[in-house]
Amino acid sequence: MKVATAICSALIIFSWAKTNAEIDFSRDVRPILNAHCTKCHGGIRAKSGLNLINKESVFSASESGLIPIVSGNLEKSELISRINHTDKEERMPPKNSLKKEQITTLNQWVKEGAKWPKHWSFKSLKETPKKKQTIDSIVEENLKVSKLNRSPIADKRTLIRRLSLDLLGLPPEPEEILSFESDESDDAYERLVKKLLSSPHFGERWARHWLDGARYADSDGYEKDNNRPNAWRWRKWVIDSINSDMPFDQFTIEQLAGDLLPNATPEQHLATAFHRQTLYNREGGVDAEEDRTKRTIDRSNTTASVWLGLTLECAQCHNHPYDPISQRDFYQFYAFFNNTDESETEVTKGFGDGTIKVRVLQQKDRETYIFRRGDFLQPIKEKGEILPLAPDSLSPIKLSNNNKLNRLDLAQWLVNEKNPLSTRVAVNDIWYRLFGKGLTEQKADFGTRSSPPVHLGLLDHLAEKFITMNWSRKSLIKYVVMSDTYKQSTKRRKKPAQIDPDNKLFHRQNRFRTDGEIIRDLFLSISGLLKHKIGGPSVFPPIPEGVAEQSFAGSFKWKTSNGDNRYRRGMYTFFKRTAPEPNLITFDCPNANVTIAKRNNSNTPIMALATLGNEVFHESAQAFAKRILSDKSCNDDQDRIKSSFVLCVARNPSPQETNEIIKLLQKGRSYYAVNSEEAKKMVGAYSCEMVNDNETASWITVTRILLNLDETINRE
Amino acid sequence: MNSYHQFTSDTRRDFLTTSASGIGGIALHHMLSKELAANSPKQKILGPKPHFAPRAKNCIFIFMAGAPSQLDLFDYKPKLNELNGQKMNADLLKGKRFAFLQKESAVLMGSPRKFKQHGKSGMWFSDLLPRTATCADDICMVRSMHTDQFNHHPGQLQMQCGEARFGLPSTGSWINYGLGTENRNLPGYIVLTAGRGSSGGATLWQSGFLPSNYAGVRLRNGSNPLLNLENPRGLPNELQRAGLDALQSLNKTHHRTNKDPEILSRIANYELAFRMQSAAPELVDLSKEKMKTLDSYGVNRALPKGGGRGKGNGNAYADFSRNCLLARRMIERGVRFINIIHASWDHHSNLNQELEFNAGMSDQPVAALINDLKERGLLDETLVVWAGEFGRTPLGENRRGREANTGRDHHSNAFTVLMAGGGVRGGLTYGSTDEIGWAPEENPVHVNDFQATLLHLFGLDHERLTYPDAGVERRLTSITRQSKVVHELFT
Repeated sequence: MKVATAICSALIIFSWAKTNAEIDFSRDVRPILNAHCTKCHGGIRAKSGLNLINKESVFSASESGLIPIVSGNLEKSELISRINHTDKEERMPPKNSLKKEQITTLNQWVKEGAKWPKHWSFKSLKETPKKKQTIDSIVEENLKVSKLNRSPIADKRTLIRRLSLDLLGLPPEPEEILSFESDESDDAYERLVKKLLSSPHFGERWARHWLDGARYADSDGYEKDNNRPNAWRWRKWVIDSINSDMPFDQFTIEQLAGDLLPNATPEQHLATAFHRQTLYNREGGVDAEEDRTKRTIDRSNTTASVWLGLTLECAQCHNHPYDPISQRDFYQFYAFFNNTDESETEVTKGFGDGTIKVRVLQQKDRETYIFRRGDFLQPIKEKGEILPLAPDSLSPIKLSNNNKLNRLDLAQWLVNEKNPLSTRVAVNDIWYRLFGKGLTEQKADFGTRSSPPVHLGLLDHLAEKFITMNWSRKSLIKYVVMSDTYKQSTKRRKKPAQIDPDNKLFHRQNRFRTDGEIIRDLFLSISGLLKHKIGGPSVFPPIPEGVAEQSFAGSFKWKTSNGDNRYRRGMYTFFKRTAPEPNLITFDCPNANVTIAKRNNSNTPIMALATLGNEVFHESAQAFAKRILSDKSCNDDQDRIKSSFVLCVARNPSPQETNEIIKLLQKGRSYYAVNSEEAKKMVGAYSCEMVNDNETASWITVTRILLNLDETINRE
Repeated sequence: MNSYHQFTSDTRRDFLTTSASGIGGIALHHMLSKELAANSPKQKILGPKPHFAPRAKNCIFIFMAGAPSQLDLFDYKPKLNELNGQKMNADLLKGKRFAFLQKESAVLMGSPRKFKQHGKSGMWFSDLLPRTATCADDICMVRSMHTDQFNHHPGQLQMQCGEARFGLPSTGSWINYGLGTENRNLPGYIVLTAGRGSSGGATLWQSGFLPSNYAGVRLRNGSNPLLNLENPRGLPNELQRAGLDALQSLNKTHHRTNKDPEILSRIANYELAFRMQSAAPELVDLSKEKMKTLDSYGVNRALPKGGGRGKGNGNAYADFSRNCLLARRMIERGVRFINIIHASWDHHSNLNQELEFNAGMSDQPVAALINDLKERGLLDETLVVWAGEFGRTPLGENRRGREANTGRDHHSNAFTVLMAGGGVRGGLTYGSTDEIGWAPEENPVHVNDFQATLLHLFGLDHERLTYPDAGVERRLTSITRQSKVVHELFT
């Protein structure tokens, strides 16, 4: 199997190479330079003055007076003669010589004129060819190259569950399933999509995605980790903005620079709390200026990661090791946020009962200098004051009316049509949420080490669409989920699985485990326990003893919520950075200390223990049994099994599956028939009227297993 | 430059590690059948191979968060005692930063403790650690450690994760990622805590960008050490088993239709969870330990008076003893990496009394642990580390508003760590500091050097044990620092 996979991957590469005989710099050359040369001749160390990240350095004389690369001229290209050198002392790289094929590639590249094009993600959208295309036509074209075809469209029940989970993070209710299944009109699917997009839960689901990037939490972080009782106000702003489909450009501008907009509203001030989500160190010995510097650096890094898909952080101490971002670039970017102060603003509490203070940003001019090795105590004043500016390798930011660029200029530049990077990053994020996988090799990396994605055409197509849709998130999501590519089944087929094992070509949909918050939502929703309220302060559902004590000196008390607040959606659980709610962490929810572009999706025994034994999950199983036993439309075991199966996975069980479940139910019955005391414990607070506890307990043995089905916690 | 990640993705077969990228269907089928048949908990599972022959297999990392005073425990400085009360050379203080200390008026503070040489090797210990000192010839003491951080949380992150940044995997995560687990029924990375919470809290054992199955699993005190380990009330084991049988059968049915190999991973993990339900309580059940053993660790010790910050909730003395004994039991069961965390060594004031209390907590069980491992022939393959996140100043802390100097401030320049077993040279005192203990004089060892050395003991090259994150091949040691393995520490 391993061998087969290897051969097939080789075939793909081979066929690719055949159709693209000319050397492609980013695909063929840059990886060789990055792997073998840039450690010594790169952004950190540029030995002999040669920096292979920097185009200028490559095509002009280095310290030796020799020119590393002369287009079209092998003899005059010092780099070429050094990699071919017969004298071991002279040959580069000094330890492990390049392989024959690698040398051939570099030779051919120089012969062909040593093209050094702009990195794919920095190119403007219009530089790439544009045709009349759709998602499906582009995907199909790529599949054709590998002699593959799309998977069949999934059945309607799978589709409604998929859409509900992707758009709302909630399972469909049985009535919704039935009505969609029986609706044979042509626009049934489209009407379903529209209905889901207008649900208030859409904003909750997609806000949670945004909170990952914003490192949202309800506490300060670090040792003291004080609570932030009003952090949720900004979370509510995100939910509302997404529900009202605030265009992504405005969404960006308000969060990065709402305070700088003319006649800014309290809501626009509140939006800037995006950058108040940074950690705050209140340890006794902390230098306030150092911590402010750290927060400023974090704001720069987070902005670059969320909007540009770039990892800037390396450049705070030295030039970036492989991206064309110099230390000066970093501090130019940093200067936008250095000219910022933390302040508070008043927003209405709701229902006109007064106002409350929330943490926001405001403008404050400061002088910025490059810090030696990133140390805030060592500003390099000789290099002069650093003014806010975009990194040199990206398109320049237009100066508005001021003489100095500010955050508002930065925000407008990010979402300017002429800046293709943030548009590409934004649409890639939407694609990732709907396919469990982005269109780029690594979701978070649009830097120069990233190779051009197989689906660059599709990425750019979506980016252009997004702009013509006036940055409407809902419109783009609708456009994607209406495609046949989205609607494909997730079932693996033999041949495509061999040719395209990682589904890079999207020959099927991806199947993936739902996020940690959604697992909770699923359990509570299926059992009927879930209590909806959009927004509001974070809540404290029950957690195991001893968890809160992990935080510093046991200073944190978890005051378990009562009533409805025990059963709210997972995204509203209070997030304490040093003692996070364990169910969330077990299921890969981010720890909120740094911006996150992509969550892990792991699969561990600790998860199994949680969904089998944790209080909230078991309570769901109890309530689920009660829900089923109280359902008057069910007459017998068969009915009940079918009904509960549909609640969990939307489809009907097969006879074989029903039998398996009945077998378990019978085992439960024979045990509890003689262990009524145990049955009472098993049922807890969820006794059913007119039903013996022994029977309810037996059903709980079933419902807990149905909730634990792989299919229940996965999105198919 | 292939990352370790790519290199091992095909060979990785360890059971806590069945993430999406890893395992093909056939391999998993094979694993499953083997898995279901297995009954020996400790068995070498086809894990990734180390880079070179390992000296150590397991690690017990005793982390004394808050930074113990090396000057009152290990680094004997008669000259400092002589200069007690005098100002120190102003040049040394230039550019130096402290948490609280007012450096313009600070004066040197000698140690009130008595120091003596121990063992054949003549290793120095203060009178605060008399029992640990009896293990001198098994201990390797590095007195020339230094770090970049002088605040707790950043310092603790650097000590555990290599850099003072969030989102990085801890040492225990890296080692499990590199070597896999040797126990099918327990997590490969377990965290034990005693006393009150540390500054870093859960961030000290997170897996960062590594998959969450490499995160440390914290054991709670008491008979239910793992979260959610018990069956729900009223559910007997036979129905737990019957439920799992049904679950596995339903999941397999679905796998036949969908062919997603993750379903098989899920099946394997539910089986593992089931076995953990019995393995974890067995692990913490000390009823079969001999009374002599329990006493040697001090599991039933009473809590002495005093203690201040070190006391925490409950009986920190008994809890810490129990943690040390549990760590030995975990080593016997093949748990790869154990963190014992005790916070409260941050003695800005009242140092002499509070350090005595904490040292008393640590001394007996740590000595017992080393001796016990040795008697059972486990010390050679088990690396025991005793360390804080940085050191404390030779200057007394003259914080504003305090009358007397009774403590020491945070000091990043110099501190001491202890190691034992796992291929390090017992009896070796490595590195030294200047006459007042201000900074390393001989053989300075940066925290990253220490980590490179630690990985080397496990047969792992710190430059090759990497994982891609946001376009960078990350590793435990900082990628911008040239870190070195201190070969002199090895047997």
